[in-house]
Amino acid sequence: MRKAILAAGAAVAAAALLAGCSSGGGSSSGASADHNLSATISYAFWDTNQKPAMTALIKDFNKKYPNITIKQQVTPYQNYFTKLQTQGSSKTLPDVFWMNGPNFQLYASNGMLAPVSTAVDPANYPKALDELYSYDGTQYGVPKDFDTIAVFYNKAIFDKAGVAYPTADWTWDEYHQKAKAISDKLKSDGIYGTASGLSGGQEVYYNTILQAGGSIISKDGKKSGYDNPKTIKGLQFVRDLVADGSSPSMQQLSDTPQDQWFINGKSAMFWSGTWSNAELLGSSIVKDIAVAPLPKGERQATVIHGLANVVAKDSKNKQAAQAFQNYLAGKAAAEIQAKMGAANPAFNDTQKAFVESAPYDLNIFETAASDYSFPYPISKNTAAWNKFENDLLPEAFDGKRPVAEVAKELANKMNAALAKE
Amino acid sequence: MTTATSSAPAGAATSVAAPGPRRRRWTPTRRKEALWAVVFVVPLLFGVIVFYIWPIVRNAYFSLTTWGPFGGATFSGLNNYEAMLADPSFWRSIVNTLIYVGMLLLGIPIAVVFASLINRPGLKFASVYRTAFFLPYVAMPAAVAMVWRIIFNGDFGVLNYALSLVGIHGPSWLSTEWFALIAVGLVGMWISVGFNLIILSAGMKSIPPEMYEASALDGAGRSRQFFSVTVPLLSPSIFFVSVMTVITGFQLFDLLYALMGTHNPAINETQSMVYLFFAHQQTGDNGYAAAVGVAILVLVGLFTILQFRMQRRWVNYV
Repeated sequence: MRKAILAAGAAVAAAALLAGCSSGGGSSSGASADHNLSATISYAFWDTNQKPAMTALIKDFNKKYPNITIKQQVTPYQNYFTKLQTQGSSKTLPDVFWMNGPNFQLYASNGMLAPVSTAVDPANYPKALDELYSYDGTQYGVPKDFDTIAVFYNKAIFDKAGVAYPTADWTWDEYHQKAKAISDKLKSDGIYGTASGLSGGQEVYYNTILQAGGSIISKDGKKSGYDNPKTIKGLQFVRDLVADGSSPSMQQLSDTPQDQWFINGKSAMFWSGTWSNAELLGSSIVKDIAVAPLPKGERQATVIHGLANVVAKDSKNKQAAQAFQNYLAGKAAAEIQAKMGAANPAFNDTQKAFVESAPYDLNIFETAASDYSFPYPISKNTAAWNKFENDLLPEAFDGKRPVAEVAKELANKMNAALAKE
Repeated sequence: MTTATSSAPAGAATSVAAPGPRRRRWTPTRRKEALWAVVFVVPLLFGVIVFYIWPIVRNAYFSLTTWGPFGGATFSGLNNYEAMLADPSFWRSIVNTLIYVGMLLLGIPIAVVFASLINRPGLKFASVYRTAFFLPYVAMPAAVAMVWRIIFNGDFGVLNYALSLVGIHGPSWLSTEWFALIAVGLVGMWISVGFNLIILSAGMKSIPPEMYEASALDGAGRSRQFFSVTVPLLSPSIFFVSVMTVITGFQLFDLLYALMGTHNPAINETQSMVYLFFAHQQTGDNGYAAAVGVAILVLVGLFTILQFRMQRRWVNYV
């Protein structure tokens, strides 16, 4: 205890001293350039696959700030936000932590987050991501990485079924025909044309809804888009894939997750994001994998989502926490992440290393982001209506109830939830 | 071995601490004894109050509140209970939980039969069998669930492969309504049989061998002995096991969660009461979750009282 007080005292004294010196030094990194800052802070995240990269980042950060100790807190995603909410209610949030789109506004609107420092230049990141992490005109999160969606496909299965590979400008119909042809031809091997995640929107149905010209939520975040006929068309497309056996059923996808179908050579196509890269690189089919853009409906579309690093407003070592956040916001940190293939970094023009980490064409994801991406749908309490999506849409995809009927019920429930925000 | 005897010491201790009017007057020795009783009971009592009684009280209070995302509970009367009673998934979760409890109870006769087989005099490797039966109970539910997920997998599972050999096309066991509940119940039975078997075979050991000798002289065969000697004399153990089974059955969560996951299309039709509690707690609806918690407590209490009432009819204490 006493040691901590002494250390804090020393830090303050040193800060005062250095502030005097650095003002004349022309330091470009802004207000808090005190490299003797001494503190212990926590950094919370959920993805164990990215732990090596996070460790590398901390090590690199400590070259500049040797006296800041950073403790990593890894919590599996399923419990991550429950834990954060509990910590938030007792004002013991980690000093720096990962944030995602669906949860961001909840934390920002409840005053849990500190605004990003002026040392961070928003122009360094895609605009959609800066907007995702701004609330009431203030930016609270520094974009860490981003992901868009494309189609990974297994060339060996296409060859076996005698179906031509996808082209860059293919349409919904072509995609559906190929999937169906492969499912029919290779039925005896138990191979499906396509298998993708249907238990959340990001991988498939948010994209098909946008491709059909529909929307999930209105721009002001106040009204559901699920009763829009075009939205329903996007959902119907997914239902049709399941209905004629182009894709495994909801049950089959629950028993065996989509990535397992794909990497075990039991499905020819797999809609997924950049986060699948690390897993696919390590799989036995890596030589056969190729990437195609998402097929076109009425228009070409993908959702874009990314994580951000945020600082807790009640952090006891806010200076140190912000120093780390500023470091994570920088180009060097982005390049380390990219090189380790951990994630597709958000910092502009640092994605090259990530694109080069795979033998297949990851550049398609980058083009998608710049050419036809739509912001990930969120509101102040996204989790409330995400639950309705998860409860209701499986009934539509499995054909238990007509798609239009389910979509309308979902719209009503979602509107009721949005009205309460 | 039975609940009756295991609760006796605690009752005796408290009656020493608080003597009735018919007792002898306070002598220094008695006073000292009472003091020691308090000293021994307080640490345990402290734990019970802090970790059981207090949370129950708090939970009951929280069930009358509405929560903000980051704490800040505001009193909202019986709103949560109204919402709960009007929620079809609440009633479905009761039905599911009762079916699961029923399946576990069906496991008790199985455990009795296996226990009597293991306790046959002269059986070789009895301890090996006992260990084999008990292992599922001590294994981690998450690990157990992983193995059963593979067995029950609709497309690549061992069970459906076996069924396909006899021409049956099996369902996706863990993600189809009703089948999922049965599958979870079967795994639950498999686990609970091990625990019950250990309790029951200990109970069998306390049956005096003379009983069997006497009944043999009267001309009773093996099966007659089982039904007329073993089962009646084992009834206190059977009673204890069934009370425990009902309580653990009502607590069904980890097995269900690990077997089915959160994104299962059949989860809404299969969830147990504790799972419902969890689902609402996950979305920050803590008041509603607390109300479900109270409902679980009330139901477990009712069933346990019912069992204690009924035991008078069929349990023999010798």
